[in-house]
Amino acid sequence: MPTIFIDGQELQVNDGENILEACLNAGLDLPYFCWHPAMGSIGSCRQCALVQYQNEDDTRGRIIMGCMTPVTEGARFSLKAENATEFREAVVESLMLNHPHDCPVCAEGGECHLQDMTVMVGHRDRRYSGKKNTHRNQYLGPLIHHEMNRCITCYRCERYYKDYAGGTDLGAQASHDHLYFGRHEEGVLESEFSGNLVEVCPTGVFTDKPFLKQYSRKWDLQSAPSICNGCAVGCNIAPGERYGKLKRVHNRYNHEVNGYFLCDRGRFGSGYVNSDARLDYAGIKQADGSYMAVHQQQALETAASWMQGKKVAGIGSPRASVEANYLLRELVGAEHFAAGFSEAEAPLMASVRRILQTTQAMIPSIKQIEAADAVLVLGEDITHTAPRVALALRQSVRNKSFELAEQMGLPQWQDAAVRNLAQDQRSPLIIVSAMETRLDDIASQCISLAPDQIAEFAVSIVEALAGEPSSNKQANQIAEILQSAKNPLIISGTSMVHWGIVNAAVAIAESLCTEPSGCMLSLCIPEANSLGVALLADKSSPSLPDLVNSPPEVLLVVENDLQRRLNPQQMEQLMSAGTLVISMDMLENATLGASDMVLPAASYAESQGSLVNMEGRAQRYFPVFEPAAERLPSWQWLLKLAALTNHKSLSKIEHFDQVVAACAKSQAEFTNLVDAAPDQSFRDRGLKIPRQTHRYSGRTAMNAGVNVHEPQQPHDHESPLAFSMEGLNRDQPAALTPYVWSPGWNSNQSLQKFQAEVDGPLKGGTAGVKLLQSSASGATQKASCEAVEMQAHHWQLVPVHQVHGSDELSVNTDEIAEMAGMGFVSLGAAVAHKLGVSEGDGVVLASGGTEVSLEVRILQRVAKNCIGFGLGYAETLYLRAGSLATLAVDAQWQRPQPQLIASDKATPDPIVAEGGSAHV
Amino acid sequence: MSKSEMIQTDIGSVLTAEEIAEIDAELAHVPYKSGAAIDALKIVQANRGWVSDQCLQGIARHLDMSAEELEGVATFYNLIYRRPVGEKVILFCDSVSCWINGCDDIKDKISQTLGIDYGETTSDNSYTLLPVPCLGACDRAPVMMVGDDLVTHIDHEMVQQLFASAEQGSAE
Repeated sequence: MPTIFIDGQELQVNDGENILEACLNAGLDLPYFCWHPAMGSIGSCRQCALVQYQNEDDTRGRIIMGCMTPVTEGARFSLKAENATEFREAVVESLMLNHPHDCPVCAEGGECHLQDMTVMVGHRDRRYSGKKNTHRNQYLGPLIHHEMNRCITCYRCERYYKDYAGGTDLGAQASHDHLYFGRHEEGVLESEFSGNLVEVCPTGVFTDKPFLKQYSRKWDLQSAPSICNGCAVGCNIAPGERYGKLKRVHNRYNHEVNGYFLCDRGRFGSGYVNSDARLDYAGIKQADGSYMAVHQQQALETAASWMQGKKVAGIGSPRASVEANYLLRELVGAEHFAAGFSEAEAPLMASVRRILQTTQAMIPSIKQIEAADAVLVLGEDITHTAPRVALALRQSVRNKSFELAEQMGLPQWQDAAVRNLAQDQRSPLIIVSAMETRLDDIASQCISLAPDQIAEFAVSIVEALAGEPSSNKQANQIAEILQSAKNPLIISGTSMVHWGIVNAAVAIAESLCTEPSGCMLSLCIPEANSLGVALLADKSSPSLPDLVNSPPEVLLVVENDLQRRLNPQQMEQLMSAGTLVISMDMLENATLGASDMVLPAASYAESQGSLVNMEGRAQRYFPVFEPAAERLPSWQWLLKLAALTNHKSLSKIEHFDQVVAACAKSQAEFTNLVDAAPDQSFRDRGLKIPRQTHRYSGRTAMNAGVNVHEPQQPHDHESPLAFSMEGLNRDQPAALTPYVWSPGWNSNQSLQKFQAEVDGPLKGGTAGVKLLQSSASGATQKASCEAVEMQAHHWQLVPVHQVHGSDELSVNTDEIAEMAGMGFVSLGAAVAHKLGVSEGDGVVLASGGTEVSLEVRILQRVAKNCIGFGLGYAETLYLRAGSLATLAVDAQWQRPQPQLIASDKATPDPIVAEGGSAHV
Repeated sequence: MSKSEMIQTDIGSVLTAEEIAEIDAELAHVPYKSGAAIDALKIVQANRGWVSDQCLQGIARHLDMSAEELEGVATFYNLIYRRPVGEKVILFCDSVSCWINGCDDIKDKISQTLGIDYGETTSDNSYTLLPVPCLGACDRAPVMMVGDDLVTHIDHEMVQQLFASAEQGSAE
């Protein structure tokens, strides 16, 4: 560790870092703009200037850029030297020449890195009296708002969008005073990760468009540490609320999971929390099919009376928390508890559970995925099935360039130099899939095969690895690439609903485990808590078809729309008159509509729980605000039901922590669940962690428009967080970080004050806990899959996952629905040509008794005999992966006409809404 | 046009066969296709006077670049014209040596003679007037380029002489 001197202060610094990083690590406030911990340095903004002295006697020194200067033993710098401070102030002054002074109407105001840096360098008075440059803004889609005049030309947006996230449709245009960051033509940003521009831009050029329509300042938001429930990656998020509305979602740093970035589903897909389709009151179905609203207690008592002495079964949900699923299992008994997976999904998830518990391969975190130097993807379009993992793979292919840089003695953070050195040399990424994927652009090899053939192909790789070169040359070659890698990674998952692919992926990973390199294995799974609920289901648990075949007298459904899991006949049979169905959920859906009693459940933003992600990491989310109306978190509904039915063990439980403790005790897999986050008794210097910033305004007055009496602040008896601004947001365990802020650092860049060191874990550790320890006894099984038998004039259906559209909840957000479009069928150019259809035309797809009209999307790369269908759309609900389908041109098809879209909405939402702190 | 024909023709390039041949000749000299971006833009501009959106998209497609990426290159250079220009572009130097030698006055004279300011084109489409920081002929200041010709030691008479016909032309 070299020793350097900054203003005479002796500092031990990390080898290979730059002076900017060294300063930030030492807690010194050195202003910067273009540097980003995940993107390195390019020295473009000239803000992080210091003076470097040649030796002790040198009194003049010279200006250097902190982010471009590596630390060297004995080097001397000054942050405070007059020429350095003047230089830094001059840089801000020059940026301010063209920056509009529109902070009061700018969505970045109050959390603006440019504001912070301007104050930090002491620039106050404007001397320039000329005109400012202005630009035309572009329409960039429903998610991102563009305001180019505010640009300070740091290039962070372009570097993030193009270099980091692999987007191609945002670029730097023109030069010097005319520099412009935007698209070639107006249009929706194509990247699935465009939302991060909001946090990457140090000022207000790119802002959160849905947030703008219902805007609040950062300091007025009430936030809580939360976990995204958009997919199984489990990104940490910090949602913010005001006036009972969820306003926006920001990234919450987790060193091992999402780091600094989220996908657009995670950032923008929570609008459903504010949806009009949310249930407010419990209801009991009347003879005429309508629902009568009843009070919580009345509903609970009725439900308890229905359940008394009856055969009760429960259906859990892969999108409900571990705690809600656990309580349901205890309430109805394990032998009557169905995990809530579809018939096809259930055995797959059981396999994934078994694999994670027995595999010899290492199950990597996202951070570890970034370190892979050879990757084989089998069957997944990861950008759509586990988006944040795809962003990590975009970094993993850069390991080749870091290797080259190291040979040259070039530090990794010298971003432009490293990229220039490597050009298009990348670490190998091999994608074997039925259709083109969003990572094809960085893949060293793309192989298109039907699902059955992917499994077969993977088996040939296993054979090649075992030293029996197969006749398949490609397989032999891939085996060689994987064997020569230092840190290989195999990625597969359940998206093809094909056990053979998953099993073969495991076999490849485990064959590689005999090599000194070992192997990482990552399996993408469908939903936020798929693994959590799979762990709760045991062999005695019935499947959904079991329940259909022998319906219980009373059925409890927790946060599960069975329409997505069953075919219409099964659904009808299960919900038939013979069974009393009690469902709790957030949004109106087919299951609620067919239930005899509905209970309004709180969303993730109004409740507390744990989710187990794809790597077996349990993470806790906390309520951002109190549920409005008569909504309750599912775990509370179930506890109250248990008490009323005098359940022998559950009726003694009152609090969330007791549920966690009971769950941890019930099963070895959940032992660590209690460590996912501190319990309710945690205090920092005697106080709970505040959800509100210390500048939170109008706490007692903001609802005066509804009620002039000052309501008491709600108390949170279940978590160590308070609905209050009192307390410290500092030094607490990472799982309890509601937002980031530090004196002088109002923007999200204050994160560095929370990190133990630049780009390192938080001072409070890493949130969440790994539940699963693999026995490493080996998870490979002899594959015996029934291959799909092709028929003439038929195509095999392959599910096409969409980041916007396939997820059940997020698509209830206007902006996400706009991005998702309508149900579609993906065809290869040859098939489309044969049918005589082009992009945007309609075809009738017939499969297994279902006939639907779908829009045509044309793909460049599709496996023979395969067609894709957009998964999760209303139109494609009853199409099944692997089944055969026929296609015909839809003569009635009308191309959709442009219509009023979410982003055209003129009227903002009313300021005061029901719920939140107004409801006690 | 039938639907199947549309599939085949909608990716057709707006570039002419000659342009594509010239660009392909440049491609032989560069290790990456995008390395020929500037040359390709110059080829199209030489042929058409400027680079339209459609041409830019066509070049981008031909070089496997995104339109945004090529737009970044095209707009970086002042002398790649992304808007139509007249038959001849007047690049008028307004840098320091020319300024000392009275270029402001000359510029006024040109504007007056042709009836255009910086960035404008004469109504008969013969000239576009653009400022340029330096033409490397400071010893002969004030200077400008008219089309491909360097004009040095400009004075009012020369302006009159050069643009008299245009003046008549635009007056007609």
